[in-house]
Amino acid sequence: MADGLLKHEAGVGRTLAAPLARVTRRPRLSLAGQEELLAYLFLLPSLLGFIIFLVVPMVASLGLSFYDWELLSPPQFAGLKNFNTLLTDSVFKDVLVNTVYYTFGLVPLNLVVSLGLAVWLNTQLRGLTWFRAAFFLPVITVTVAVSLIWRWMYEPRAGIIDTALRAIGLPGPTWLGDTHWAMAAIIIMSVWKGFGYNMVLFLAGLQGIPVSIYEAAMIDGANAWQRFWRITLPLLTPMVFLAVVLTVISSFQVFDQAYVMTNGGPANATNTIVLYIFQNGFQYFRMGYASAIAWVLFAVIFLFTLAQMRLQGRWVQYE
Amino acid sequence: MSRHFFAPFSYLVLTLLAAACLVPFVIMLLTAFKPDNEVFNRAWLPSRLAWENFARAFTFFPFARFLFNTMVVAVGGTALHLIASCLAAYAFARLRFRGRDALFLLYLGTLMVPQQVTIVPLFLMMRDVGWVDTFWALILPGAFHALGVFLLRQFFMTIPRELEESAFIDGASRLRILGQIIVPLSKPALATLALFTFIREWNSFLWPLIVTTSPEMRTLSVGLTLFTGQYGTEWNLLMAAATVTLLPTLVLFAFAQRYFVAGIALTGFGGR
Repeated sequence: MADGLLKHEAGVGRTLAAPLARVTRRPRLSLAGQEELLAYLFLLPSLLGFIIFLVVPMVASLGLSFYDWELLSPPQFAGLKNFNTLLTDSVFKDVLVNTVYYTFGLVPLNLVVSLGLAVWLNTQLRGLTWFRAAFFLPVITVTVAVSLIWRWMYEPRAGIIDTALRAIGLPGPTWLGDTHWAMAAIIIMSVWKGFGYNMVLFLAGLQGIPVSIYEAAMIDGANAWQRFWRITLPLLTPMVFLAVVLTVISSFQVFDQAYVMTNGGPANATNTIVLYIFQNGFQYFRMGYASAIAWVLFAVIFLFTLAQMRLQGRWVQYE
Repeated sequence: MSRHFFAPFSYLVLTLLAAACLVPFVIMLLTAFKPDNEVFNRAWLPSRLAWENFARAFTFFPFARFLFNTMVVAVGGTALHLIASCLAAYAFARLRFRGRDALFLLYLGTLMVPQQVTIVPLFLMMRDVGWVDTFWALILPGAFHALGVFLLRQFFMTIPRELEESAFIDGASRLRILGQIIVPLSKPALATLALFTFIREWNSFLWPLIVTTSPEMRTLSVGLTLFTGQYGTEWNLLMAAATVTLLPTLVLFAFAQRYFVAGIALTGFGGR
């Protein structure tokens, strides 16, 4: 349809321009040529921005990953040295494990909470806007600010979480100070911060499911449980897929919470890939090494996304 | 039937859950108003409202300056992103040129590139042109994002061509058509994009952390982290500062919730 409209528009232009061109008899750009030139002019600011601030740095980062460069001395070509170092870097192994732990902890929790609440809210007739606002609110808040609030809440003795647990006779761990609990504490905070986004996405999806399907199922005697598993969930799978892919991508890039709440500690228990990129690049000034880690991150995200695209045929149901 | 029986119970539980979700904000406010000697007390409520904490937060660090910087970055970045995206989206939606579809796919592909892949060379670039610690470095790199081009292109394509054809025949330039016909018709999409972009800029942390070094150029997010550590953490001042940081986004959200919801339903990734 779009193509048809395009031809139509060009046709209108041509009939108007043709007599003019004959009168002036100057070699001019054809109308299509003019349009093309105009298009590039319109694209120019955006294209320039992308090239300067995205494409060039991306290529440069790949190049840098093959160099030894500690900023004070001139860069030296090092071949695959940075990548070889990564293989034996025990901190990098921790960082990789932590990031995967964070992702696999956060994504299922986020999805269960957001999907559950979306389905639940969808059955409510009144107050939807208010509930949705309350659950969505953390999403738009400044991550650094809420990370600090949670750090205060996790504070041993004085923090509300420890106080509440003591009040019911359950002395908790020191949370952010405990190597076993620190990452879990960050995951809990991140679920709180992020689930509202997917919830709103699912709510939009749910409202697109025709009521008649449910009515037909109810006439056939399907109970609420069956209706969820046989109708709601299958029809929602395209949105669940989108949510999984994007939540996984953003989880692999976790930085703010880890930097603010624990700065990667204790004993690197919450150090993440991006935090490690930051430390290498901007605290130890190992520009080449930081770039190599960044490209490993990119590769991991790319492969994960690709794998999910491949697997989607098995569970995602498009109408 | 059973629905009527359970409805009040369901409301009650949902209300409790929603309230639980807001607890961190309540804690923030309560702590922000506590006098110094009550911060570590078990008592929930402050004995008096220590309004002076807010004034102290502003003098403890150049907090007003952080606020100003963040405002400049968020407003400037949003304006630039909207203008560049509008122009590009119009080209993708309405104009014909070679390689259009391939280029659009490339734009979309950039959404998959994690920002962290570019930060090291980007920082070196900024250092080489002397932009470290300037608004240029804070604003420009974040202003080009494929989300705007994608969202606006999708919206422009839903606008009937007939509306602009008569203007075109009357001799209006494409730029005028964009400014006087397309943009006014796209207000909801532009509002959504502006909100997403503003929030992203307001929340941005890693890049400002890297590219600013002097206190005068810090943004709120970076400035907040300075409250911890230096003299031990002064939680009441920090919570007062956090309150000021969160306030603009909360106000924005109160007035524009429907744009967020519409934007998420439309793209599935905007504002993530």
